[in-house]
Amino acid sequence: MQQRTDTPGADRAMVQAERVTKTFGRGADGVTALDDVSVTIRENEFFTLLGPSGCGKTTLLRLIAGFELPSAGRILLDGAEIGHLPPYRRPVNTVFQNYALFPHMTVAQNIAFGLEMQGKPTAEIGGTVARMLDLVKMERLADRRTDQLSGGQQQRVALARALAPHPKVLLLDEPLSALDLKLRKEMQIELKRLQNETGITFVFVTHDQEEALTMSDRIAVMATGEILQVGTPKDIYNHPARRFVADFIGDINILDVDLDKIDEGRGVVRLPGGATASAALPEAEMRPGAVSVAIRPENVLLTGPEDGARTATGEIERVVYFGSAHNVHIRLDDGPPIVARAPHAPGGAGDRAGVILPDEHLQVLVD
Amino acid sequence: MADAAAPAAAAPAGRRARLRTDLRHQPGFTPMAWVCIVFLYAPIAVLIAFSFNDNRSVVRWTEFSFRWYVEAFGNEGIRNATVISFQVATVATLFSTIFATMAALATTRTRPYRGQTLAYAIVNQPLMVPEIVTAVATLALFTIIKKATGITGIGYLMLAHTVFCIPFAYMPIRARLEDMNLTLEQAAADLYAPPFQVFRRVTLPLLMPGIFAGVMLAFVVSLDDVIITLLVAGPGETTLPIYILGQIRRGITPEINAVSTLLLGLSLIFVTLFFLIGKQRKT
Ligand SMILES: Nc1ncnc2c1ncn2[C@@H]1O[C@H](COP(=O)(O)OP(=O)(O)OP(=O)(O)O)[C@@H](O)[C@H]1O
Ligand SMILES: [Mg+2]
Repeated sequence: MQQRTDTPGADRAMVQAERVTKTFGRGADGVTALDDVSVTIRENEFFTLLGPSGCGKTTLLRLIAGFELPSAGRILLDGAEIGHLPPYRRPVNTVFQNYALFPHMTVAQNIAFGLEMQGKPTAEIGGTVARMLDLVKMERLADRRTDQLSGGQQQRVALARALAPHPKVLLLDEPLSALDLKLRKEMQIELKRLQNETGITFVFVTHDQEEALTMSDRIAVMATGEILQVGTPKDIYNHPARRFVADFIGDINILDVDLDKIDEGRGVVRLPGGATASAALPEAEMRPGAVSVAIRPENVLLTGPEDGARTATGEIERVVYFGSAHNVHIRLDDGPPIVARAPHAPGGAGDRAGVILPDEHLQVLVD
Repeated sequence: MADAAAPAAAAPAGRRARLRTDLRHQPGFTPMAWVCIVFLYAPIAVLIAFSFNDNRSVVRWTEFSFRWYVEAFGNEGIRNATVISFQVATVATLFSTIFATMAALATTRTRPYRGQTLAYAIVNQPLMVPEIVTAVATLALFTIIKKATGITGIGYLMLAHTVFCIPFAYMPIRARLEDMNLTLEQAAADLYAPPFQVFRRVTLPLLMPGIFAGVMLAFVVSLDDVIITLLVAGPGETTLPIYILGQIRRGITPEINAVSTLLLGLSLIFVTLFFLIGKQRKT
């Protein structure tokens, strides 16, 4: 399971969690926030922890930062175990969700704080602070008090403050959730730019799947204290391994089908309507029997009801227009409903239609 | 003029709505408020007025004068009592604020531990126990210690004041700590500040308004104390309230009014300072 790559270069491991468990409280009232989690975050990557509320994202971040100690397991930073070090001994900085700027200091003093604590010479601190102010475009507000800043500006100061000591890893706990949509989009681009320019490993927490897909190099999808799948946005989107992942990210059709057999690494499944198809299998071991297969609405093709290439036929229940395309809801004959996304509606409610479910877009899921 | 009638017609409805919601329009609210204000401030007004009366009487006004202030300053008993009061209050304030700050940190900035509530109760005990009980108990203990060691002096009085000032200093400091966002301290630790630097650079500066309030409260409470002081103070350790009490037994004099007015002025200065500093910190 472990993907350990100690060779220097782009794939070097920066943060490793090895079988980490975190339990709050004891005995019957104990809450297991993380349950035997292993993950490797590589150097220079923009790594996102994505999952619903309460799944343990913040807990994992706090374990890396040192605000919590693991109940079991090890945490390694750049190859060295840091699980027992206090936060101030870890070359890791955090951008807090509420920014946590020091209200009794100016913007520049906030940014200088980490450098001062590292014992950097004054001249160097001045230079770094100036560079950071420039990086986040806050030069003009250097002497402002932080409570006189807008949300977006506070966000930038928090980023500059955390980047100034040039940590090995920057942890960001839902840093954009307090911003309005427009500012949020701007800051997404800004964050990506900062990550490219600084070359620092970013570990970013969000429960917004779109944000995760647009920003990340790799995503870890979490649920109830576990990491369900780690992969690039494309992997996660196109080949969700677990039913939860498929459901959580984007719109998807999930069909209950029978897995007949496994053939050359692909699963032969019997689709509604009787046709067989060859679907991608998840990494886990599969046995013939009842399984789920998933397909994205945009990958479901519509044809005429008599088209020879059709996989199944059905009746259009409704067509929902949403600007760039239509969602066509079709009830398959003697089968489940399915949604197809199409630029043009093939007909209206009550019309018959055929659908094609291409093999390359069918993915078998583990529950 | 004609179109002014339209808004006027809408006004009564608006006023009626306000009548129902605004507490000030509840029947009896205004008279009640005045009764309270008069009861609170009439005595003080009388006290101040007669401290400027050029007459020995405290019931009949004759003429404005600073005579009693001059007399008070000239009175050696008052001068000595003032010095003692300030000495005791300063020492008690200093130490009680330090202890209160430590206690507040220990009851808010630690992982929950067994007996935390007990610690809280113990710190606040002097607020719950009748002061006369504390006074008698302290006297008894001090007598034993004095007997055993032979040491006497104003230290005992200062110690007693320090102890009963702690809960007063503790309350605003604790309130401030509880208000303070814990993530600020975590952010400092995250930025390489070891625990002492976190305290010095973040916790302490943000705690200052609370500590300041604690200092004010402790100082005023110490300055004002009668019961414990009366029992614990040794010969020659007469504080201002004790002196005033002694004088009043022989009848109220305008001189006492003058001293009381000065005390009032001092506490007003404190309150104003506190208000201004609190305001400055917030913005
Ligand atoms: N200090 C704590 N004491 C007890 N339980 C905790 C503590 N911190 C977290 N938990 C529990 O651990 C679980 C995971 O919490 P965590 O804060 O990591 O979730 P999250 O994924 O960050 O959620 P959100 O998206 O809402 O921020 C939750 O069930 C939470 O109640
Ligand atoms: Mg969280």
